[in-house]
Parts: sequence; structure tokens; C-alpha cells
Amino acid sequence: MGSRGIKDQVAIVGMGCTRFGEHFDRSIDDMIIEAAHSAYDSAGISQDDVDAFWFGTLSSGTSGLTISKPLKIDYKPVTRVENMCASGSEAFRNAAYAVASGAFDVVMAIGAEKLKDSGMSGLVGATVADDGTKTSVTAPASFSLLAPAYGEKYGVDRDTMKEVMTRIAWKNHFNGARNPRAQFQKEVSKEKIAGAPKVAGDLGIFDCSGVSDGSAAAILCRAEDAHKYTDKPLFIKALAFTSGPGAGPLDPDYDYTTFNEVSRCAADAYEQAGITDARNEIAMAEVHDCFTPTELVLMEDLQFSKRGEGWQDVLDGTFDLDGELPVNPDGGLKSFGHPIGASGLRMLYECWLQLRKEAPEDRQILSVDKGKNLALTHNLGGRPGECVSFASVVGSELG
Amino acid sequence: MTHPNDGRPRGILGYGTHVPYYRLQRSAIAGTLGSGGGRGSRAVASYDEDATSMAVEASRVALRSFEAPTPAAVYFSSVTPPYLDKTNANAIHAALNYPGDVFAGDMVGSSRSTTAALSAALNDRRPVLVTAADVRTGRPGSGDEATLGDAGVAVMIGSDADAPVIAEWVGGASATGEFLDRWRQPGWNYSRVWEERFGESVYKRLVTEAANDAFKSTELSAADIDKVIVCGLHARAVRGAAGAAGVGEVPIAGDVTGAIGNTGSAHGLLALANELDSAAPGQLLMLISLADGCDVTIFRTTDAIADYVPATTVAAQIAGGNDSLDYAKFLTWRGFLDREPPRRPDPESPAGPPAERNVAWKFGFVGSRDRSSGAVHLPPQRVSVKGGAVDEMEMVPMADVEATVATYTIDHLAFSPSPPTIAVVVDFDGGGRFTSQLTDADPDEVEIGMRVRMTFRRMLTANGIHNYFWKATPVRDGA
Repeated sequence: MGSRGIKDQVAIVGMGCTRFGEHFDRSIDDMIIEAAHSAYDSAGISQDDVDAFWFGTLSSGTSGLTISKPLKIDYKPVTRVENMCASGSEAFRNAAYAVASGAFDVVMAIGAEKLKDSGMSGLVGATVADDGTKTSVTAPASFSLLAPAYGEKYGVDRDTMKEVMTRIAWKNHFNGARNPRAQFQKEVSKEKIAGAPKVAGDLGIFDCSGVSDGSAAAILCRAEDAHKYTDKPLFIKALAFTSGPGAGPLDPDYDYTTFNEVSRCAADAYEQAGITDARNEIAMAEVHDCFTPTELVLMEDLQFSKRGEGWQDVLDGTFDLDGELPVNPDGGLKSFGHPIGASGLRMLYECWLQLRKEAPEDRQILSVDKGKNLALTHNLGGRPGECVSFASVVGSELG
Repeated sequence: MTHPNDGRPRGILGYGTHVPYYRLQRSAIAGTLGSGGGRGSRAVASYDEDATSMAVEASRVALRSFEAPTPAAVYFSSVTPPYLDKTNANAIHAALNYPGDVFAGDMVGSSRSTTAALSAALNDRRPVLVTAADVRTGRPGSGDEATLGDAGVAVMIGSDADAPVIAEWVGGASATGEFLDRWRQPGWNYSRVWEERFGESVYKRLVTEAANDAFKSTELSAADIDKVIVCGLHARAVRGAAGAAGVGEVPIAGDVTGAIGNTGSAHGLLALANELDSAAPGQLLMLISLADGCDVTIFRTTDAIADYVPATTVAAQIAGGNDSLDYAKFLTWRGFLDREPPRRPDPESPAGPPAERNVAWKFGFVGSRDRSSGAVHLPPQRVSVKGGAVDEMEMVPMADVEATVATYTIDHLAFSPSPPTIAVVVDFDGGGRFTSQLTDADPDEVEIGMRVRMTFRRMLTANGIHNYFWKATPVRDGA
């Protein structure tokens, strides 16, 4: 028994990503075609070279047919996966395992979501017939529970908590302003962020990620074959996933200042990758900043900050684009947007650009030049106390 | 009165009331419409309350006040029943965790229904729980809108074989007449009334007949009566009823209508409860109810009332109200203002099979406790969150356990007839956690550490299905 990992067995050799945003003029099919063919082109292959497909979406389709019909896939295995907001990461994880198993030579992981056709504010979840006793708490409201609990536990007053949240939103907008694929490509002043109308608790609209449409895809093959397709592959160092007992809503011991699923998932990923000091060994991280307090808590769960110190690190600029450990250099869910099934692969797309030094000049991180060649993606689904969590580590060098 | 079948003294064993938290100041009506209203205030059921939920809350107060027997039957009276076809009393039965062999039935629709339920209970010889509640509306600016009020009441009737009788049924009489006074077609949200002097004259005759017959059958006279309680929706007839009954010299029960309005189906028993809250032993109370006839019911308080400690009193519930409700919100809650909802999907109704499978949880707020670790689970689980023991659970009723707010948020996005909603994570005394809505509370008053209790509410209505469940509410005086 044990989580052995597949370090350095599988490589990413091509990626594609659409612009995220309100694509009222494009269908889910259009976005899938764009992401898939961008990925094929990136790897220098054709669709016929792909032996199997994994497709992640929350609610924009069911079954492999959602991609095989628009792409006209020639009778190949297509697996549709769903793991809430981690659906894209889950497609990637399972595709990687298929390659590592030896079952396929070349596979594609693709995620896509079409949210803006619903006409609703925020996310609209699929409903399961139930007894009507689940307290309906919207996603921003459930994540806003983190802020007062964190402030209470670590003695951070409400104004300072709001400053920390604002700092995170400001940073991610700053980064997104340098990203031509982001939903929101404008810097937003801290005053505007802090003064925005409240959505839930102390969360204003700028504390929430963008609801958007988009798709992203990756081509994977065995590590030893990687250089057939690209000079600069990324190698998978770790893939970790946790789904827990959902103890938070049941257990008074849970205090809403951490995601147990994330800290366990991160520990597994670092073990697989051989990382002992995440803050110093990792060049950058793409994390699941669905709401600003989430990113704060993740800094501690992912071991970038000590418990109770994440807020100070945020204010110190540790996670800024030019900081010690850039977090969400592409703008994150906040600014890049969050088309659910695509987000996990979008995070990898930024690692792909940054570790290969192909990001636009004004957002290329400096840590890569200092010899750091590892990047982390973190993706979660659910809510504080009951979520699923994914973490991956990818690197540009073997070993 | 001793029961003809068993000769035992019979009457009231216990009682409880629910006066909702909110009040509408009648002056707020004229403030908006330019007329109507008047002085004082009326009780207003919150947007998440209805007659059924208020009957449950009143029953819970009753059951907290004394060692109540399990009744043989639960009756529910209302002129504003939340359901037709489907028996409303079943939700009350379920919320009180009564077993299946307890009968539940409605006496709903018309204003004499509470007397019907009370009479059936008194003439039974088993313990019977009588509940009554109304959510009363009138067209904006009408007299009904201003003078009526919302409340619930519950009275347990039985004999001294069941529990000490605190107010013995002495007897009474009825007079019935077919005449046009007040009527409403199913679906109307307001009543219509005939010219009031006609009804007044008929009621006067019926009151005299019923009172005379009551005195004759009980061998009592007006001089024996310590207090008169008159209820009915015909205000002029109610004012003249004591005189018509020949008890014009007898003290009249405290009038609560100025503070909470005339609470319709609940009103007679609520006014009686208000008297019982402070009644000494040996008092004769005469309840005169005017509703398409006249019903006189006489009770004598017993020595046992001295030992009866109500969980709360009508006076405390009246004093605990919040009269800051604005008129626009009142109109919205009652459906007279069709407000723009948030741009979110319509709420889903509960599904029948899971609601039935989980009836103890959904209606009774019964969780499970792991015998091995002691951990309480809400909703009930089969596998323990502490230690993972499988099927080591015992059921544990949690509705009457108080809790403390662990964290909270104000949700401006969630669908609600009265946004924003307040979500609280509450930890129960002795174990157990639940994420709940907080109701009857101002967003500004919520804080970590706030003490709350659970209250039975109508969460929403979708597809014509009322979703009953529980919410947290601040622990306040009078609740």
C-alpha cells in the first residue's frame, strides 16, 4: 500500500488553451475544437496520432461524445470525468496514469466548460433529488466562512483581513492584465476592490473568480518519447488527489481555517516529487483562488507559509509576480476566469509557458532564471470542510 | 366536567403559544398608503413561517412546559392551511416525533374550526393535542390587514389519568345560525364581510342563547365567573358579547389585540393561555367564541395550576417582538408585492421518497450519536465521523438543544423571499454541528459565539410543495 506516484514517467509535450471569458459567440464545440487543435499543433501531431482521450467537464456535457462528435474522433477511447471544479485536473491525472501504465503511447487530456449560456449569476449546480434539508449556501458564502474564522484564530482584525483579501485580488488582476487569454485583462485598484458591493460576508464581487467559458488541453506521452515532439517537455513529478469524509459540516473540531483535503493532498504530492521545502524549491504555483480567502488559506495548506502567517506573507508581496514565490502569475481563477472543467488544465498551461520561458515578457517569472524548474498546480472542488483536492508538480528537467 | 365514559376530571393539561418575532406598526400602513392602519402593532409571521410551522412552535412550547403524555390524536385548525388535499397536521405530528399510531387530522378552512377541534378533544377521553394557527392577510389598506395578526397555539386536553389537569372543563353550550357575515373563496387572499350591523344583531342573539344554555347546563351563574374571554372576527359583536351573555359586570380578559392583532383561529385559546399564565387555582374562566354561531366553554383552574410553569408566557412573547418591520417587506412576505428575484435558478422542491425516508431528521431534527465515540451527527450518519464505527448509532433528538455560532456569513446571492440570508455554522451543546440558516435575526447582530436554538420553518415553496425544515434563531427572551 502507498501512493507511489509516477515521477518522470510521463511528459507533457503539447498544450492549447482558449481565451477565457464570455464567449456568447462561441459554442462548447467551438472551444473544444480550438483547444484540441492548438494542443495538436503545439505537439506537432494530428488527431490521428492520439490514442485515447480524457475529457473533464462539470456540466457542459455528458460522456465522451461531448468531444468525439465535434472533433470527429475516429473511434477511440474517450473518458468523460467529473470531480467538481477539479474536473480538468482529474482528466489530466487519469490520462497520465493511462500513459504510465503502458496502455497508450499518446493521449490527450482536455477540459471545457460553457457557463455563460445559463443566464444566471454565479455557478448553477446540477441538482439531485433530496429531502430538502441541505441548507442552501452559495459558493461565495461558503468560502466567505473562512475569513472570520481565520481572523478569529490568528488575531487578525476584520479590516486587516479585508486588506489581505483585497491584496490577493489586486495581485491576480495585476497578473491577468498581462495575459492576453485572461477574462479580465485590467488592473483594478485596491480602493475599487475593497469598495465593491458585497456578495457574501466580506467578499465583494472582486473577491470572486470570474464565471466564464473556455477550454484547455494537454498532449501526454511517455517521458522517453517526449523529445520526439518537443525540445522542451514538462515532466510529471507528482499527481495527488484527495476526497475525504466531509467532516467539516459535521465535526465541531473543524475550524474553517484550513482545507484538510488540501494539506493531505499537498503532502502526498511533495512526497512523490521529493520536495521538502515547497516555498523554496518551487518556481511558481497555480492555485485554486476561487475566492480570495481560499488563496490565503491555500498558502498555508500548501506549506508556502507557516500556519497563521499566510496573511502577512500576502501583504509582504511574497506571492506577487516578482515575489519570492509567484502564485497565479496568469491571473488565476480570479482574473483568467473559471470555466470549471478547463481550469485545471489552464493552470498547467501557465506552467507550460513559464517553465519553458514562453510567457509574455511582462509576466515571465524570474524564479525560473534562478534555476528553479518546478511548478505546482492546485485545484479543488466543493467547499470548506467538504471538498476534493488535486495537486500536481511538473518540472522541466528529469530527475 | 367528568367524562360520561370514565368519570374522570377532564380539561387542559398544558398549553403553549407562538407569537412570531416580527410586528408591523399599524402607523406604517398609513405612512405608505396615506390611510388605514391605526395605533399599536400586529404580529407578523416571518416569510418562512406558516400556520403549520407556527402550530409546531406553539406545540413545542407546550411540550417543554410539562410532562406531556403522547396524545392519541393531533388536531390542527386554521383558516389559512398551507395545503389542501394533503393533511397539514401530519407535518406537526412528524415535527413532534409522534409515533404512527397517533392520529393526525385537520379541521381547517372556516373560522369555527378551532372550536370544532377543542370540542372533539374535550368530548374524547384520551389525551388530544389541539393546535391552531393563522397567517392572516387583508388587502393593503383594509381593516383586516391592520387589525388581524399571526400566531399559533397548542393545548393538550386530557384527564387526570394523563397528567395533572390545570383547568378543568366545566361545560358549555353552543348556538348555531346560518347567516352571511364573513366569507372567502378558496384562493382569495382576503375576506369579504357583510354590513357589520347585521352580523352584530345575529351574533347578539346567538351569544345570549349559548350563554343561557351554558349557565343552565352547568348550574352556574354570571356571578360565579371570574373572567370572560371573548374571541371572534366581528369586532363590534365581540365588544358587545359579554353584555349579551349577561356577564357584562365580570372582568374581561387582557386584550392583546393592540399589540399583536386578532389572531383568528388561534385567538381564543391564545387569550385563554394568557390568562392561565397568571391564573390562581379555583378561577372560573368563560370562553365565548363568535364564529358562525356562538360557543361557550367554561374552565375552572385547579390546584395543579400553581405548579405549572410555562416554558414562556404570552406576555413574554409579546414583549419580545421586533416592531421595526417595514411595510414594504410585510407586503412582500405576504405576496402582495411581486419583487424581482436574484438571477439564480428557481429553488428546487424536496422529493417525496427521500423526505419520507428521512422523516425523523427532516421534520423531527433527529440526529445520530455514535455509541463508541459519542460524536453526534447532523444529519444522521451510518459511519461515524470520529473513528469510523459502522452502524453503532443511536437516534438523538436535537431540536430542543441549544447551540453556539462557530462561524457565519451573510449571503447576498442565495435565493430568498427576504434577502440577504444568514448562514451559520452552529455547534450544539453536548456535540453535533450543523450549517443552518439563521432566521428572525438582523445581519448586523450575528457574531461568533452567539447562542441559538432551532425553530421549525417553511424553507421555501416550489411546485406547490412546502419544504419544512429547521433553522437556527437567536436565543431571546420570550421564545
